[in-house]
Amino acid sequence: MIRMAIMVDSNTKLLIQGITGYQGRYQSKAMMEFGTKVVAGVRFGKGGEKVNDIPVYNTVSEAVDATDANASCVFVPAPSCKDAALEAIDAGLSTIVIVTEHLPVLDAIHVVSVARAKGIALIGPNCPGVASPGKSKVGILPNKIFREGNVGLVSRSGTLTYEIVNAITEHKIGQSTCVGIGGDRVSGTTFIEILEKFEKDKQTKKIVLVGEIGGTAEEEAAQYIKKKIKKPVVAYIAGRTAPPGKRMGHAGAIIARGRGTAESKIKALEDAGVKVAKFPTDVAELLSRE
Amino acid sequence: MRLFEYVAKGVLAKHGIPVPEGFVVTSAGQIRRIPGPVMVKAQVLVGGRGKAGGIKPAHNLDEARKAASQILGMDINGHVTKEVLLEQRLEAAKELYLGITIDRSHGSLLMMASPDGGMDIESVPEDRILMLPIDPLIGYQPYHARKVAAFMGLEKDLAAQVEHICQRLFELVIREDAELAEINPLVVTKDGKVVAGDAKVTIDSDALFRHPEYEKFEEDLTPLEAKAKSMDIAFVQLDGNIGVIANGAGLTMATLDSINMYGGKAGIFLDLGGTDDPEKVRKAMQLMLEANPKVVLLNIFGGITKCDTVAKGVLEAMEGKTVKVPIVARIKGVNEEEGREMLRSAGMIPASGLSEAAEKASQESLR
Repeated sequence: MIRMAIMVDSNTKLLIQGITGYQGRYQSKAMMEFGTKVVAGVRFGKGGEKVNDIPVYNTVSEAVDATDANASCVFVPAPSCKDAALEAIDAGLSTIVIVTEHLPVLDAIHVVSVARAKGIALIGPNCPGVASPGKSKVGILPNKIFREGNVGLVSRSGTLTYEIVNAITEHKIGQSTCVGIGGDRVSGTTFIEILEKFEKDKQTKKIVLVGEIGGTAEEEAAQYIKKKIKKPVVAYIAGRTAPPGKRMGHAGAIIARGRGTAESKIKALEDAGVKVAKFPTDVAELLSRE
Repeated sequence: MRLFEYVAKGVLAKHGIPVPEGFVVTSAGQIRRIPGPVMVKAQVLVGGRGKAGGIKPAHNLDEARKAASQILGMDINGHVTKEVLLEQRLEAAKELYLGITIDRSHGSLLMMASPDGGMDIESVPEDRILMLPIDPLIGYQPYHARKVAAFMGLEKDLAAQVEHICQRLFELVIREDAELAEINPLVVTKDGKVVAGDAKVTIDSDALFRHPEYEKFEEDLTPLEAKAKSMDIAFVQLDGNIGVIANGAGLTMATLDSINMYGGKAGIFLDLGGTDDPEKVRKAMQLMLEANPKVVLLNIFGGITKCDTVAKGVLEAMEGKTVKVPIVARIKGVNEEEGREMLRSAGMIPASGLSEAAEKASQESLR
């Protein structure tokens, strides 16, 4: 039976780039335990080998020809990561999750712009990935924190996402899909794109948004929620008491013009009717009141 | 990695952008001659040095030496001046602003320009600043520079000079992996030349593997900061007294916020990144004990490692040391009970939730 969800579901046939590294080995096993169909691994020079019984190929296109993979999870280290992601795009995969952190920002701009132009769902870089409990997971989110249900969660954070998912699961509130879009300055997916998918998704009844200080993505999301989202939204914003970063140039301040702080984000979200939690663990209680 | 002004100007010059003639010294005695009237400028990586007295004019050699000895050693917003730049004084007819940085909303580079450059650029009204995202699929093209020159209201020859600088600045950003390249002011001199009066360049630290030439410009770090950096741990010094260790930027910030809600204040915080590697936890704990806070709060969300393994690392860090400060520890994940029991029997204060941990640490810090 095909079970649908946003971003990844039981249609997802995953290949893993960088499967022979420590993370690739560990996480491919964890993904299979979650229920993900992991069909191939890629590592140049290791074609023909197996990792956790998964066949390894030398190139992405070879793996796609042999297995019909339609998604990739990238663990390739930062210096080669742009190459790996573009190889996956060129091979025609429709969903790509880049877990790798410390990707140079110019590389991120390049990869994200190509993915957008080709209509490919790119999540990351520097993200924990996506999990649709009971269906599939692509990334490194810990398996044990999830429970199947009807809350859709989108977050810029990693471990803070685990903290919040874990807390709502402990309150017996399950999730439809949890998406960690990544905390880098340039990301493949925006809050707005995920909010739009949750609004249309039948399984999702309530939405959680986890943001943090810096940039204006939360303010932009708040504007969108005000106009387009009918489902109830609960949020948490990290960084109310974070120190202002040591600044050099004026460019950041000219762009931000007072936005980007926790106060600005919380106010924008509350103006859009979103309930904003004081503590991460309060998200569960706010959800049960909605 | 932020570059000192004189290094940044060297990078500008390398890419063909005009900069004033100048040189850098570490003592007044090193000044042998000057190229006419100069500005003596403190080399510090912090804003507001002009307002703090870190920039002085000098007309002759004596004045230059005197200004240099006044500025060297000067504390500018917490940064001690170790070098001064002496450079030819520009007779400005007009001050412009030109910068390139990352546009997070568009996922692109952003060219920024204003006819009103100078110290008060941040309060210039929005309609006097041109924000020009450079679509990565289109890339930089000469029309971008024509837009900049037109917005600045420049005539033929000045427009041509600014267009040239726009192109070179964009090339600099791409070739050097700069995440910020800012010229403020971009000076139009009385004799009609366009010259970079100041330069702020920040190289993307994630791209340093492509630029080994920047390795020699090591940042000015305290011993503890340097140690943390070598362990790939983010180290931040705040003004409170609770030492916080957590894994992941979002969770670390949420921990600080929660402490604050209970009236506590964080001092040093260490962010391990999104890992629960027990070896890294152990090293962070050792580092924290060296920093000697009043209370330690450890908040680890275990994704991969079991809690008792993480707890074992924490206990190893304290072996052979007499630890007098209270340690509040919260490790979440598999085998949580076992981990908590190990910490309790070692005299630590275990907590099960983030809020509980923040509350206990705050109470201890206010004792």
